[in-house]
Amino acid sequence: MTQTWQRWWHSDLGYSFRTSPLAIAAALIAFVCIFCSVFAAWVSPTNPFDLATLELSDARLPPAWMQGGSSKYVLGSDDQGRDILSALIYGARISLVVGVASVLVSVLVGVSMGLLAGYRGGWIDTMLMRLCDVMLSFPAILVALLIAGVGRALFPNADESLAFGVLIISISLTGWVQYARTVRGTTMVERNKEYVQAARVTGVSSGRIMLRHVLPNVLGPVMVLATIQVATAIITEATLSFLGVGVPPTSPSLGTLIRVGNDYLFSGEWWITIFPGLMLVLIALSVNLLGDWLRDALNPRLR
Amino acid sequence: MTFKLTPLVASLASALALTALSASAVTIRIGNQGDALSMDPHSLNESLQITVVENVYESLVSRDANYKLTPLLATSWKQTAPTVWRFDLRKDVKFHDGTPFTADDVIFSYERAKGDGSDMKSYVGQFKEIKKVNDHTIDIITNAPFPIVPELITHWAIMSKKWCEENQATKPVDRRKGIENAASFRANGTGPFVVKERQPNVQTRFARNFNYWGKVTGNVDEVVFSVIGNDATRVAAMLSGELDIMEPVPVQDVERLKSNDKLKILQGPELRAIFLGMDQKRDELLYSNVKGKNPFKDIRVRKAFYQAIDIETIKSRVMRGAATPLGLMLPPQVNGFAPDLAKRMPYDAEAAKKLLTEAGYPSGFEVKMNCPNDRYVNDAEICQAVAANLAKIGVKINLEAETKGTYFPKILSRNTSFYMLGWTASTVDAHNVLYPILSTPGDGGRGQFNLGAYSNPKVDELTDKVASETDQKKRNEMIREAMKIHQDDVGHLPLHQQALNWAVKKNIELVQHPDNNMAWKFITVKP
Repeated sequence: MTQTWQRWWHSDLGYSFRTSPLAIAAALIAFVCIFCSVFAAWVSPTNPFDLATLELSDARLPPAWMQGGSSKYVLGSDDQGRDILSALIYGARISLVVGVASVLVSVLVGVSMGLLAGYRGGWIDTMLMRLCDVMLSFPAILVALLIAGVGRALFPNADESLAFGVLIISISLTGWVQYARTVRGTTMVERNKEYVQAARVTGVSSGRIMLRHVLPNVLGPVMVLATIQVATAIITEATLSFLGVGVPPTSPSLGTLIRVGNDYLFSGEWWITIFPGLMLVLIALSVNLLGDWLRDALNPRLR
Repeated sequence: MTFKLTPLVASLASALALTALSASAVTIRIGNQGDALSMDPHSLNESLQITVVENVYESLVSRDANYKLTPLLATSWKQTAPTVWRFDLRKDVKFHDGTPFTADDVIFSYERAKGDGSDMKSYVGQFKEIKKVNDHTIDIITNAPFPIVPELITHWAIMSKKWCEENQATKPVDRRKGIENAASFRANGTGPFVVKERQPNVQTRFARNFNYWGKVTGNVDEVVFSVIGNDATRVAAMLSGELDIMEPVPVQDVERLKSNDKLKILQGPELRAIFLGMDQKRDELLYSNVKGKNPFKDIRVRKAFYQAIDIETIKSRVMRGAATPLGLMLPPQVNGFAPDLAKRMPYDAEAAKKLLTEAGYPSGFEVKMNCPNDRYVNDAEICQAVAANLAKIGVKINLEAETKGTYFPKILSRNTSFYMLGWTASTVDAHNVLYPILSTPGDGGRGQFNLGAYSNPKVDELTDKVASETDQKKRNEMIREAMKIHQDDVGHLPLHQQALNWAVKKNIELVQHPDNNMAWKFITVKP
């Protein structure tokens, strides 16, 4: 473990990380967010999803430093008496889980599609790429809305976990196309290189060539894309929840909190929407910055 | 000099007169949180739908600016025998397409409104029959003496027989079964406004019917009815002047709008009672983790739910004081309200928990709750607060809050275990609560909105007696008894009476009815 860490630290990538303050800051923020989300049960003051602990009489209290605020609710409380700070931590967890999980699914689908299309070519390539074209011609949010809506109609008795599943699938179904495109392009370049031809001549099966030889060489761009896509997926999740087709209102994600708070902006209760908004910006920005840094660090022309 | 100026002044004056003329086409832009789901007047018995559609379609009897009964398509009525009401119909009334209005249209509308798919059965389903006497006279015949016939039919809209037949719209639009027809998008009534253009759930434009038979006291020529679901957006539209009338004002924004010197807020108690209903008929709930039995059949469970709800905190925090908690299924303004029964069972989570344990659910159970999120004031927020209240006694609520376009078809087909509903007694009489809400579901609109099928034969019997009793004192005594039985049974969980909140530009005069009805013919825009 320490050895891998050492190797990474002294590698080109590690050097580029050490010398980029922006990347360090972004990594730090992302780490705090992830840490808080993973250990939410210990970090957050209350469990905002446990309805039994909500006190309606404490609804819409301002942050602690304002007049009327209570030290019990450092960042204030929402319209149901939920502690905003706890809701942020738990909301960030939902956002991260949905973001990472949907990216994993789309990477899995997209990379295998791209590998297949790029390596095999021919009618498989044509068919898959036309499918990509069709997917690309729909706005991502529209497809996600459609799937979330259909999923909800198909499983009216769905409990919360299924709602998450539908959410993850609806986001990843629009996300895989980009990986397929990227991987197909690089695969077509790699396919004709000598090491692949050598492998083919020695009689290695195509499946093995794709997985063991081509895949490692096309993963770089995928890593960059995936990091940036996590941020996009988080924002898509927030958008869907904001539109009311995301997670159930009793376990709010960041998007749900922003939507709820939106109704109270005019009446001066800004904290219900501003804090979740800031949290969303923070997560998306830090992940995006990390992705940017990774892209620059992995780009041979910038080295 | 003066001589030279005169023609200039004259031309200026005429130009001014011209602008005044063209500006006199008065357009009113109304913003609401939801849409009338259909233009068919028999398809949904919901206040918003009724108030919008009644500007296009008219009933025989209506209510005037002071909420008193007033003749509309009928000119007069009298009881010719204990079970016979004779209505003289207005002559020289034409539908929008020019067809004259006759008794045949009334008979047709009666058949349509009491037939399959109609949501208005609770109004006309109680009649034995309607007979045509001549082209402009009809008799409404009831099974037993029925003293409140004129009050009962104020929301029974008359449609043109010819038009409905020509447009294959002789049966009402029925969202529960997904039945749509031409009457959902076009309309042909006798009212002061015609439907010009309809985009469901977005915007509907209405224009003044200049061939209207009656006198219109207002001066509105065109109405643009827009749907703006988001509270903040709707308030912003009102503040920026994009809307002339907005309803409802979110309770959190009342103060802000009040302080705006271009606007006024019209407030008043609404005749609507908001309550929760529970499926008490099925042997197993559709959406619960309790299998093989229905917990809501046990009065202790219903009582536990009742006592677990902290209505005062909902009033102060969710409704910001703009609600009156109810112990009965009807508000004080409705005839039959018994003040001595109005007290709610006290909020007591401990007692509720105990009741639940006694009923055999010491650790509670799970049940799905259906709730609209754009129908009543803060409806979804109330449901969330109730869910939190119930969580304290161990009941896990899976809350499904959705727009009324999907909500109403679902719960009206009784596809629910636990739901929220608001009811306005449109006759301003308790019979309009007893018959559609508290009676056992049956023919003729009986119990049509008793979606959890609460049933007590004594209540049914009293409801029939109330319908035919003419002695007001005896009648109120019977209403009281029926209400008491229902209250003791905890047939529903009454919550509160919400307040009306309309925002209107200061130069607009209009009439706010306690049933949340806004008749556009009363709207006057002052320059």
